[in-house]
Amino acid sequence: MADAKNRVYLALQNNEDARPIIEAIEEDNPHAEINHFPAMVKIDAVGKLIVRRETVEEKIGREWDPQEIHVSLVSLSGNVIEDDDEFGVERHN
Amino acid sequence: MSRKLNLRERYQRMTRDLAWEPSYQSKSDIYPQMEFEGIKIEDWDKWEDPFRLTMDAYWKYQAEKERKLYSIIDAFAQNNGHLNVTDARYVNALKLFLTGVSPLEYAAHRGFAMVGRQFAGVGTQVACQMQSIDELRHVQTQVHTISHYNKYFNGFHDFRHMHDRVWYLSVPKSFFDDAMSAGPFEFITAISFSFEYVLTNLLFMPFMSGAAFNGDMATVTFGFSAQSDESRHMTLGLEVIKFMAEQHPDNIPIIQKWIDKWFWRGYRLLTLVGMMMDYMLPKKVMSWREAWEIYFEQNGGALFEDLARYGLRMPKYWEQTIEGKDHITHQAWGIFYNYTHAAAFHTWIPDDEELDWLSAKYPDTFDQYYRPRFEYWREQAEAGNRFYNPTLPMLCQTCQIPMGFTEPGNPTTIGFRASDFDGNRYHFCSDGCKDIFDNEPQKFCQSWMPVHQIYQGNCGGATVPDVLNWYHLNFGVDNFDYAQSPDRQHWQQWKGEPAEESDAPDEAA
Repeated sequence: MADAKNRVYLALQNNEDARPIIEAIEEDNPHAEINHFPAMVKIDAVGKLIVRRETVEEKIGREWDPQEIHVSLVSLSGNVIEDDDEFGVERHN
Repeated sequence: MSRKLNLRERYQRMTRDLAWEPSYQSKSDIYPQMEFEGIKIEDWDKWEDPFRLTMDAYWKYQAEKERKLYSIIDAFAQNNGHLNVTDARYVNALKLFLTGVSPLEYAAHRGFAMVGRQFAGVGTQVACQMQSIDELRHVQTQVHTISHYNKYFNGFHDFRHMHDRVWYLSVPKSFFDDAMSAGPFEFITAISFSFEYVLTNLLFMPFMSGAAFNGDMATVTFGFSAQSDESRHMTLGLEVIKFMAEQHPDNIPIIQKWIDKWFWRGYRLLTLVGMMMDYMLPKKVMSWREAWEIYFEQNGGALFEDLARYGLRMPKYWEQTIEGKDHITHQAWGIFYNYTHAAAFHTWIPDDEELDWLSAKYPDTFDQYYRPRFEYWREQAEAGNRFYNPTLPMLCQTCQIPMGFTEPGNPTTIGFRASDFDGNRYHFCSDGCKDIFDNEPQKFCQSWMPVHQIYQGNCGGATVPDVLNWYHLNFGVDNFDYAQSPDRQHWQQWKGEPAEESDAPDEAA
């Protein structure tokens, strides 16, 4: 993370709803850095961070709409990518 | 009806399809505020919806957030959750937050309802109206927390009345009044972009993490519940800037001026939050300096690299905030320590462990400029001379904070600027605040300045008790040092702590 350019992040509450989402992000974004704060997990990356519907659904064993992330999302930085299959943030300069 | 609509199409149906071309009224009569600020919009359909949340999804997720939140607030009340906070000193941070910030949530509710009516594009209208509903939800949830703490601690009892009168609450109040009395494009740049996108993380993230760390589940819950809407609001702020920038090159200098203004106003306002983080949380999560580095320097830096393609640059005077991060919270706590006899919350000198934490977090400044001052005040307090400043402070005409911030590059000289306008002289704490006045002197010369109002005889009388009475503050109960406060006595009784000594409470558990 020495390069300060194109940093993005997603911050989620540290609770049961968010945990599988955090695991899915870790799995699909090997370049991401997970930072724990009291009650909150902040996931930093350079370039792009993606939450994939399929990965979350595998973890929780039911259908999952990427918009459900709104319930546990604390904050984000970057340009939002949103469709039926994924939710994410990106920056490319 | 062969296939299900995708997200983009569903949202398109909800927004663009709701708009129609007026036939018997002109657009300029329907949207009369669209031109006077100089922003040129050629095609509202180029608006990219930041989040494509349809109403059914919006109500579903908001209802789920509300259910979670109220079950925790109920559990907090039923289990006397206030007894689990680290120390009653912590509650003073909440007093400042709930009396200073919660009324701004209501102001935001009103502000977004107003601009949602004024924007001529339907995507923008829908985004603003959703945000208006969000903000109303935020103030309601926070009033529940005020209600709980008000049963056990002092200073919460009349937050609405106080917000319009108390000298330091004029800092957040005037910030929002300034935005709401501007045009719709400036309002949304000020609140959605400069405040929500660039700065709000500093308000909620370290502070709510701090609340969690200090055992205050009620605050964590409303904080994160509000913050979960904030992601949408921040993204709206970014979209607004991109949209205006792409619509017309003439918009760029206007936007840049607003970004300069509102970044500086927000930075001054957040000094109060920095002071809470460094001084008012008994268990500290991170320093103001660290939070500024993470949330402004890193992420703000990446953001303005993004915006460079439009010809937008970092806000003017941002370099001063990099130097200021080592100073402003200590200076602000010094001001409130001086004037806590006129405030609805208590102050204190940090104990030795806390002073050591500050020395470690601020290695370049704390021992040299601030620790000796606090140790001297402590010595004086122990000798029975707890210092309360009997003279009302001079306020900055723009940010309304007492003039206590120092010159860039010279931390032992108070910053001082002045401008003459219409036969009067106005005073400022910094270049940033002076520039803001000089750009709109007709507006800022009308500011309701609490100290001027007291001297003009408009605030209940000439003595501190008279003025506090006019504020609806209880003299001898809500104000003065924490050491002598009824809050502290009650806390010691509830926790079974010995109550005789009246110096700074120690951490023995």
